[in-house]
Amino acid sequence: MTTNINNMNYNVNEKGYYGEFGGAYIPEMLYPNVEELRQNYLKIMAEPDFKKEFDQLLKDYVGRPSPLYFAKRLSEKYNTKIYLKREDLNHTGAHKINNTIGQILVAKRLGKHRIIAETGAGQHGVATATVCALMGLECIVYMGEVDIARQAPNVARMKMLGATVVPALSGSRTLKDATNEAIRDWINNPVDTHYIIGSAIGPHPYPDMVTRFQSVISQEIKWQLKEHEGRENPDYVVACIGGGSNAAGTYYHYLHEPDVKIIAVEAAGLGVDSGESAATSVLGKEGIIHGCKTLLMQTPDGQITEPYSISAGLDYPGVGPMHAHLAKTGRAEFMSIKDDEAMNAGLELCKLEGIIPAIESSHALAIFDQKTFKPTDVVVVSLSGRGDKDLQNYIEYFKI
Amino acid sequence: MNRINKKLQEDKKLLSIYFTAGYPSLNDTVSIIQDLEKNGVDMIEIGLPFSDPLADGPTIQASSTQALKNGMTTQVLFEQIKDIRKTVSIPLIIMGYFNPMLQYGVEAFCKKCQEIGIDGLIIPDLPVDVYHDEYKATFEKYGLINVFLITPQTSIERINFIDSISNGFIYMVSSASVTGSQSGFGDEQTSYFKRIADMNLKNPQIIGFGISDNKTFTQATQYAKGAIIGSAFIKHITNNGIETLSTFLKEFNT
Ligand SMILES: Cc1ncc(COP(=O)(O)O)c(C=O)c1O
Repeated sequence: MTTNINNMNYNVNEKGYYGEFGGAYIPEMLYPNVEELRQNYLKIMAEPDFKKEFDQLLKDYVGRPSPLYFAKRLSEKYNTKIYLKREDLNHTGAHKINNTIGQILVAKRLGKHRIIAETGAGQHGVATATVCALMGLECIVYMGEVDIARQAPNVARMKMLGATVVPALSGSRTLKDATNEAIRDWINNPVDTHYIIGSAIGPHPYPDMVTRFQSVISQEIKWQLKEHEGRENPDYVVACIGGGSNAAGTYYHYLHEPDVKIIAVEAAGLGVDSGESAATSVLGKEGIIHGCKTLLMQTPDGQITEPYSISAGLDYPGVGPMHAHLAKTGRAEFMSIKDDEAMNAGLELCKLEGIIPAIESSHALAIFDQKTFKPTDVVVVSLSGRGDKDLQNYIEYFKI
Repeated sequence: MNRINKKLQEDKKLLSIYFTAGYPSLNDTVSIIQDLEKNGVDMIEIGLPFSDPLADGPTIQASSTQALKNGMTTQVLFEQIKDIRKTVSIPLIIMGYFNPMLQYGVEAFCKKCQEIGIDGLIIPDLPVDVYHDEYKATFEKYGLINVFLITPQTSIERINFIDSISNGFIYMVSSASVTGSQSGFGDEQTSYFKRIADMNLKNPQIIGFGISDNKTFTQATQYAKGAIIGSAFIKHITNNGIETLSTFLKEFNT
């Protein structure tokens, strides 16, 4: 890349773009909803009582700050310094709740009383159902039929929390289709409903709003790393990317720190060239998906193709527009990890550190077999979620 | 003068039909267009199928999925209809989502439309401001009318802006919904129809979404220049085949 990555802006601009990516490519039926959000989200987020309520809930309800844990045995094995940002220890078991707490508070201030969401792995669905229970709001979660089958415990959780889970039956019956159904619901219910998107995707202002709510991750890493290492900036920050919300939060406060290298890890599925993959930065081309211009996997004719990954949370044919920009400018290095590599890295973390990671997060952990770091490098990996929801997959895969 | 503008000047209520190209069978496109004209339809929206049609309900979604399975692509559609103007003279509009057009190349797409004799485009997910800033000049260069949607939630200022940059008609979505989800219009809708009619916009309005029979057609055209039928037509050909298209249209006294 010839671009001088140090002088670029990696945040959203006033028109809702990250470089050439982003925007709001939505049908007119959604315009009033999205416009209402666009005009209000920054104002609401800046209100002192909003900040107070958000911070309080993150502390008392989610359990933040999440620890920044020095993974000693893992570090020894790979001869470098690996820190894990323990989003898996959050209430509901993943980073997703940082965003749902923020958005439910926005929804309340906008006077909405019906909440809809899409979910892939079920983590975002659970996190949404949780905050709806907390606030006493109606909750409808769209989930692909295939994902309902492979993430059964999370489906049960959502139901226990009082949410209605609606199967998405069209297309590949995974995250992309659940998102289509949620958008259709929003079109049909334009006045009383807020759509809590679960990743840094969708029309502007969603990618920016979700990123801001998730940015607490890197905000904490800064002072936590200072305590551990005497410096705020690691040499690398690493995160897996489905739509890119845990990654956006992990990178956010480092985007304009040129000494911090950014690694984005995508799911290669059965292999980037196998036809069964979700490695968007390699296989994708610029286009429009779910209301934003970004990189997405598509046919030459512009039909969105069906991705594949063993991990439901990474099984998405696009990436958030911020990540498309990071890929295009070369600010981030993109790596792809196959199903097998992720599963083995997940099991390795169990054995070496006593932590069972979500299969999504296992993708980020698998890079240590592919890339060599210096012994003095400080590498912070976002451990975006815990593996409870994936037990059945681990059991079947490893014949436990 | 563009065929759409000419048609809008006729002293009658216009019946417009939407169908998905390549459905039920890949090569039905041309014969459906010809039969619609023969049966008195005033204007046709040729649906270019998309894998993820966000603004559409189950009927149009399913027909799009089938059309894509049948092998429909942008190129195939252009090839099928390349000689359409030898036999068909009513206005033809392509309705599709923006991504396939973007991949084809917006300018190349518009140029091809002009060559074939397509009169306008409806692209639900191409926002008004992006069209205005980036594509308006291209559409106009190739003589294409771009049709915008408004809904009951669209603000008066925005309707006025849309009216100011439109040069054909305004597509009035009958209610806050995806396609095909209505059965009959209530007071809320008729008061919205009336509210818009009373604005005396420069562009005539054509109402779509939820027009399924002569009753809803008559209700809608009491306030608007015409109405568009999509899902109900597709349901009919799904259940009865394309040979009985005239049975469906008879009801509308065209
Ligand atoms: C644990 C976990 N990590 C990562 C992801 C991927 O999402 P994102 O890229 O938005 O962080 C998911 C999504 O469901 C998840 O549950």
